[in-house]
Order: sequence, then structure tokens, then C-alpha cells
Amino acid sequence: MSVRHALLALLSEGPKYGLQLRHEFEARTGEVWPLNVGQVYTTLQRLERDGLVESDNAVEEGPQKGFRITADGEEELAAWLRTPPDLSSPPRDELVIKVLVASRLPGVDVHEVVQAHRRYLVQLMQEWTRLKEYAADRDLSFALVVDAELFRLDSLVRWLDAADGRIKRAAVEPVAPARPGLPKIPRKVEVRP
Amino acid sequence: MTVLELRQTSKTYGAGPTEVPALRHVDLSVDEGELVAVMGPSGSGKSTLLTIAGSLEEPTSGEVLVCGRALSGMSRNERSRLRRRVIGYVFQDFNLLAGLTAVENVSLPVELDGTSIKAARDLGMRALDELGLADRATRFPDELSGGERQRVAIARAVVGDRQLLLADEPSGALDSNNGDAVMRLIRSACQRGVAGVVVTHDAQLASWADRVVFLRDGRIVDQTLPPAGPESLLAPSGNP
Ligand SMILES: Nc1ncnc2c1ncn2[C@@H]1O[C@H](COP(=O)(O)OP(=O)(O)OP(=O)(O)O)[C@@H](O)[C@H]1O
Ligand SMILES: [Mg+2]
Repeated sequence: MSVRHALLALLSEGPKYGLQLRHEFEARTGEVWPLNVGQVYTTLQRLERDGLVESDNAVEEGPQKGFRITADGEEELAAWLRTPPDLSSPPRDELVIKVLVASRLPGVDVHEVVQAHRRYLVQLMQEWTRLKEYAADRDLSFALVVDAELFRLDSLVRWLDAADGRIKRAAVEPVAPARPGLPKIPRKVEVRP
Repeated sequence: MTVLELRQTSKTYGAGPTEVPALRHVDLSVDEGELVAVMGPSGSGKSTLLTIAGSLEEPTSGEVLVCGRALSGMSRNERSRLRRRVIGYVFQDFNLLAGLTAVENVSLPVELDGTSIKAARDLGMRALDELGLADRATRFPDELSGGERQRVAIARAVVGDRQLLLADEPSGALDSNNGDAVMRLIRSACQRGVAGVVVTHDAQLASWADRVVFLRDGRIVDQTLPPAGPESLLAPSGNP
């Protein structure tokens, strides 16, 4: 997550002190992403250099220094919120690579490999679900972050299920080895925003 | 206390060349208050396991015990009494009776069990009320949304004092908010001491369970380990 834009968002609610910004940042992201103090202050300095925030010049650097957002800052924040993050290139997913390798290695039971990963993911999901029930009513941000994590892990489990089925079918009716001229996996997909 | 126990339970459908071994030597026990989820691909035997646990079908071999009593040693009557009093069953396709209203559907098992119509209705209303469906009580199943039908089916499965709740894909095609609501209901039944078994291919639903067992080709091939504390996820290191 962009610390820069998170700080702008907090300042768009009104002027705040450095220390206060750090506490609020942590609270709003459900305390899932801890942030170090240094990061807050360096980011604030850069935002000020770029004219996106202003500070009370009277006070020296430190937790008591107050900041407020500028008109340019507001504009930057609005543009950032509407810009989709770059998801066009498939991530190098270690899980996917492990299953790909297992599916080609002789003497490896790929279904057992898949199951080991599936169990681990479901166990993680059990922990997140317990956390969700324990804290969801109290904190919207936290609940949203936990949901996102559950959906991410769920998509991996679903991919494992699909892979499992595909590999099982391929064992019955083997797929031809890769031929030259087959479409390559796209490195990047272009989509107009 | 162990509420449900399957010992080396197998089920084969058909015979000869058309024989389908749907369940093979399954051992499973579920304690009072415990919620177990069963996951596995389509055709792996999940529904078969549940129908056998619910005494709706007999195993080809092996033994099923409910509250310590072997089903094979019970008379037909005893078994149907068990299905009315002890076991609540949520079917994969809800199975509500189209000619009965929501509250009639819910109170039917209690009524069949000899409770007066009035007392059964009261119990039915209370169960519906707990699921936020009091104002839907007099509607027929085809006048309810999919999510509401599902909740009525769950109300019917928990009405009275059941000890074993068996649910087959209880969220069907519901969205994730409704899926969570359904699992919350099942969880709260378990917190009252009911033993629950939920069959699902949905990992988000399964993650509500205390334990998840994985079926493949009729066998239990794996299960999750007992939970770590919730704090472990918030530790900075993340992955173990
Ligand atoms: N009454 C029956 N007669 C013959 N075969 C059956 C019968 N019921 C189930 N089977 C077979 O037994 C196997 C297990 O079926 P089961 O319904 O238990 O699967 P499942 O895991 O619940 O699948 P799904 O996720 O699709 O509901 C399948 O191969 C199925 O075709
Ligand atoms: Mg089924």
C-alpha cells in the first residue's frame, strides 16, 4: 500500500501531527501492516517537497509538527483513488511454480503435493475466519482487510482444485507436449482503463 | 462426548461391472460442540458420507454410531425416531415441502414426533425468529429467496433439541455474505453443544469449522491440524 497516499487521505480529513498520523495509519489498515516511524516522517518530508502538504514552519521537526493537505495534494489523492493498480502481468507465484514442477517430475505424486498446499491454505483461512468473527463487528477496516485475505487464499484453493482435476484428466487422456507455434503465456495484458 | 462415529464405513452402489465404491473404510468421529467440514471434489463421496451418518442410507460395511448407539442394532422405528429427534439434516437442494409454509416446514419434524400442533408451531416460530425470518413464517417456499429458503432449511434442522446437525452444501449458490450468515447459524448451534458436519467444496465456508477433513475417491486422505491462537496471524513474520 502506498504510504504516501494513505497519509494524504488522513490529512484530507483535517490537519494532523506526525505522531497522530502514524497511529491513525496503523489503526485504519487494521494493524495488519505495521509501519515504522521513520517512514512516516520521510514520506511527509517528500510530500512537503512536492507541494502536496504544508507544515507549520514555526515548529521544529518531530512528532509535534503539524501538517495539512494542499489543493495539489487533494487532486493527487483523487487521481490516485481512481487509478487501477497494475495487475496486468501474472505474478510469479511460488505455489503455481511448485505445482507445475510437481506435475512434470516422475516419481512425484502431484495430488499429494497439491493436498499439502491445500491443507496449509485452509488452515490459514480457518485462522482468518476466527479472527474475523472475533473482531469484525468492531472495526470495518479490519473486516475489509480480513475479507480480502480470505478471498485471496480462497482463490488459491480454487486454483488448486482446478489444477487437481485438470492433472487427473490429463493422466487419463495425456495432453500433447508443447509444440512450437502455440500461443505463449502473455507477459502483460493491455486493458484500457 | 462423541456424538457421531463412523468406523471403517464403506458404501458401494450397484454391483458387478457398474459397481461404484462411493466410500471406502472411512473413520470419523465428531464430538459434542464440534464442527467438522468435509471437503472434496465432486463425486468424492461427501453426500454419501452424510446420508450414511444421517441413517438415510445403510453402509455396505462398517459401523455408524450416533450418541454411542450403533445404527445397525436399531429397529426401523428407532431409526426414524432418531432422525426426527436427534439428527437435523440440511439437504443439498434444501428439500422444503412446497405445499407447506415456512413455519409448517420447520415445525413438521417436531409435530411428527408427537408434539401438539400448537407447541410445535411455537418451537418453529422461535427457530425462524432466531434466523431473522419471523416475518416470512407464513410464506410458501416458492415465495422466498434462495437465501431465505436456505435459512428455513437450517431452522428445520435445528428445531427442538437436536444433537447432530448434518448439512450438505448449506450455502448452495448463496453469495458470501449469506454464506457467512449460514455458517454463523451452524456455528452457534455447535456452541450450544450440537455436533455438526458440513459438506462443502467452498473453502471459505469450510474455514468456519474446527476441523476440515478432505475426501478423495471415497477416502479421507487428510485433515487440518488443531488451531493455533488468533494472534499468530498478526505476528510480523507472517508465514511460518
Ligand atoms: N444412488 C446412487 N446410485 C449409484 N451411484 C451413486 C448413488 N449416489 C451416489 N453415487 C455415486 O457415488 C459417488 C459419490 O457420490 P456423492 O453424491 O457422495 O458425491 P459428492 O462428493 O457429494 O459430489 P458433489 O460435490 O457433486 O455433490 C459418485 O460417483 C456418484 O455417482
Ligand atoms: Mg453431494
